[in-house]
Amino acid sequence: MSAEATFPQLLRRLAGQHPDRHALREKRYGIWQPITWAQYEQRVRRFAEGLASMGFRRGETLAVLGDNRPEWVIAELAAQSLGGCSLGLYPDGVVDEVAHVLTHGRVRFVVAEDQEQVDKLVELADSGAIDTVEHVINYDPRGLERYTQPYLAEFTAVEERGAAAAGWWQQQVEQGRPEDVAILCTTSGTTGKPKLAMLTHANLLWMASSLMSEDPIGADDEFLSFLPLAWIGEQMIALACALQVGFALNFPESATTVQADLREIGPRVMFSPPRIWETMLSQVQVRAGDAGWLKRAAFGWGLRIGKRAAAARVRGHRSGALLRLQHAVAQVVALRPVREQLGLTRIRRAYTGGAPLGPDVFEFFHAIGVNLKQIYGQTEICGIAVMHRDDDVKFNTVGVGIPGTEVRVADDGEILLRSPAVFAGYYRNDDATADALRDDWLHTSDAGYLDEDGQLVVIDRAKDVMRAPDGTRFSPAFVENKLKFSPHVMEAVAFGGENRPYVAAMISIDADNVATWAERNHLSFTTYTDLAQKPQVYELIAQHVARANRDLPEGARVKRFVLLHKQLDADDEELTRTRKVRRGVIAERYADIIAALYGDGRDVTIRTTVTYQDGTRVERDVTLAIESVNGDSAAAGPAKRRGLLAGSR
Amino acid sequence: MSRAYRHNLNRSTLSAGALQLAVDRVGIRFGGVRALEEVSLQVRQGDIHAVIGPNGAGKTSLLNCISGLYRPQQGSIVLHAGQGSRELTRTRPSRIAALGVARSFQNIELFKHMTVLDNLMLGRHVHMKHRALASLVYIGPARRQEIEHRELVEEVIDLLEIEAVRKKLVGSLAYGVQKRVELGRALCMQPALLLLDEPMAGMSAEEKEDLARYILDVNEQAGVTTVLIEHDMGVVMDVSDRVTVLDFGRVIAEGAPATVSRDPEVIKAYLGEPHATREIQPA
Repeated sequence: MSAEATFPQLLRRLAGQHPDRHALREKRYGIWQPITWAQYEQRVRRFAEGLASMGFRRGETLAVLGDNRPEWVIAELAAQSLGGCSLGLYPDGVVDEVAHVLTHGRVRFVVAEDQEQVDKLVELADSGAIDTVEHVINYDPRGLERYTQPYLAEFTAVEERGAAAAGWWQQQVEQGRPEDVAILCTTSGTTGKPKLAMLTHANLLWMASSLMSEDPIGADDEFLSFLPLAWIGEQMIALACALQVGFALNFPESATTVQADLREIGPRVMFSPPRIWETMLSQVQVRAGDAGWLKRAAFGWGLRIGKRAAAARVRGHRSGALLRLQHAVAQVVALRPVREQLGLTRIRRAYTGGAPLGPDVFEFFHAIGVNLKQIYGQTEICGIAVMHRDDDVKFNTVGVGIPGTEVRVADDGEILLRSPAVFAGYYRNDDATADALRDDWLHTSDAGYLDEDGQLVVIDRAKDVMRAPDGTRFSPAFVENKLKFSPHVMEAVAFGGENRPYVAAMISIDADNVATWAERNHLSFTTYTDLAQKPQVYELIAQHVARANRDLPEGARVKRFVLLHKQLDADDEELTRTRKVRRGVIAERYADIIAALYGDGRDVTIRTTVTYQDGTRVERDVTLAIESVNGDSAAAGPAKRRGLLAGSR
Repeated sequence: MSRAYRHNLNRSTLSAGALQLAVDRVGIRFGGVRALEEVSLQVRQGDIHAVIGPNGAGKTSLLNCISGLYRPQQGSIVLHAGQGSRELTRTRPSRIAALGVARSFQNIELFKHMTVLDNLMLGRHVHMKHRALASLVYIGPARRQEIEHRELVEEVIDLLEIEAVRKKLVGSLAYGVQKRVELGRALCMQPALLLLDEPMAGMSAEEKEDLARYILDVNEQAGVTTVLIEHDMGVVMDVSDRVTVLDFGRVIAEGAPATVSRDPEVIKAYLGEPHATREIQPA
């Protein structure tokens, strides 16, 4: 469609075509405040002129560090309009990460949201860790009144200082070429420091038009942008798709109001990583558990009908007359109210990507009538390369390549991809680039295979795939997703492989849901650690593990597990910012626990260092119990008390 | 288009550091109990001034004297606001509120069956000029006035980060959030002087930390002078600029937090005298 253009050129086109239509909307002070396409273009132009007057050059990088606000995308487009590119940073990133990315990206200009983010940069500037940075521009000046650092400037002040000759900026925009780098996107970094992938305007726009040729998004659609704009998934929809079609972006009021704002906007399309869907499911599970017996019975029945109807629909079949009738009733009494609670009433297509999502979670969303589809891709191929087609959703696959994408599985099982969306290389890292781009194909480092229908099944990161003693290949992520289906499990890490006799797991409990459960069972506790080490909680989790084991192949069943004294946290580098487990860090940090999981002991004592958000560290000893799961007897007991939503298959 | 707040929540026009409240040799007695005796303290514009002391030291009595709920039998309390000075001991509480002295209470005194928003709008009550008919039909000036006040209320909501509970009933909220709402209502009055009576009583360590941060935000970003009564020494030392210590109705120490916490008199008041502790230990 418009692959031969740049983002700012598309912005100008839209501003010319529909100057008075809403381009952005932000909830501020309790009201959705709109910005039209004409205003959007004007703010981009003025900020770009301001940047130019401060010395921003063609080919240069502008980093943005903050929550999703109109200023975020305005800054990005302004940099691109001057022939530069943008680099998004995760707002919850700790100072070390920020320093690494800024230094590696040789960034001179940083747009930082507010006092919290500016403080990080001031700290780094004072310690000399970011000597490339020359300007820090903030867009929320509250609390910064007394800051006197000469490199600080306010966003509106930059907009006001721009005073270029009429037509100058337009000329700059026209000079942009589709093969210019549009964004430097941080890779998730499960295996070390994040790398910076160079994605061009042509890459991103090709990917967006390919996606929308399959799943059209209309100009009258609305999108709620609440996931970090530093993530490729958000860039893809909020910029690449939105600028091609001209639909409106909506920014929520705050992180705590996302759910309510989602209900107000009622988007028809949504794209989130598994965490969001898992959280929604947990909410429903907990609420269903709290409801009276009548509601619970109605919901249980509705969900069963929903599952049967969904099973037919996702295979492209029509359901029988009786089922259709039952389904119509179930919609009214059970399914629509749930969708409404979640803000998904109008949703036509929902995507999940970034990490695998458990099949049970999939089944649940399809049962309540949400067309949830898996996408598969990497930052290096603009996020989406493979996805489910409508009416052809197999819960264990990721679908087929989007139009124009070739998918191949190498002899060693590695997934290879080829399309015009494949990136231009890593910034200042030729070795990694040469490793990823070989013989014209993007080497994903993921292991997988094509099933009988030609749909791609992704097993896991190639080096994470394990072989059980009996020879079956399995993915720890698959085991973990089975465990995480329980609302009481927040994160799980599975261990195993050739030189280990069985599979063992490290589990961190979901603080809120287990606390609620403890309250209802009159179990008193003090801290998270205390709660996690209660024998009753172990018993509860053992039931979940036994249930998960029933769905797992013999060799992949969890034999022993431990409940961790803390939640896995991206601040402790145990997870990536997109909440993927960093196995290397975990294997190293929890070596004692892992050794104990493969020993005979009933507990393990470890010395732990806890780092608080303000940087203080505390050391202490913690003793963790280790529980063995006895395959048959444990599975038989709790089966009778199985929760409503447990995946039964 | 700047995101800076448009309303000034601080009504005082004094420059930072100027004398704002002078309490001079105040005494009050209930029957035979001398609640306050010869209590003097000076609060300066822009400070967080903590008043601490053990139970029954007279902290709340002092606050009640300042806000006009009690009339002291001796001494004077003078408020220096923008429009000249005013002696408070003979002024009605409603008049003191109109002068810009806002307070929160030890027990939450919000309207539990009303929404957070309605409670906050009540804080604007002193500033509203009502005409019965216009207000009743919500047209013209009444409507404009409502919108203007709502704008200020929304800035307070933003400052205290209570967007998510804006339309919830106060009664349904967690204790810590209710406390924040109460602080918000006091702020909506655009106070010259904010009196907080044990805002962190009955809170968990985490909730205390949270609220302390909001009190600091209010002080730093809005510049409101705050008199904070508190029981917990730790919190006080972290947030306040000056501390006055009361014990049995008398001032026993005053100064910067670090100095006060080392004062032997203060330590004695908090921990009891050495021989007294020995006596209560079981044999």
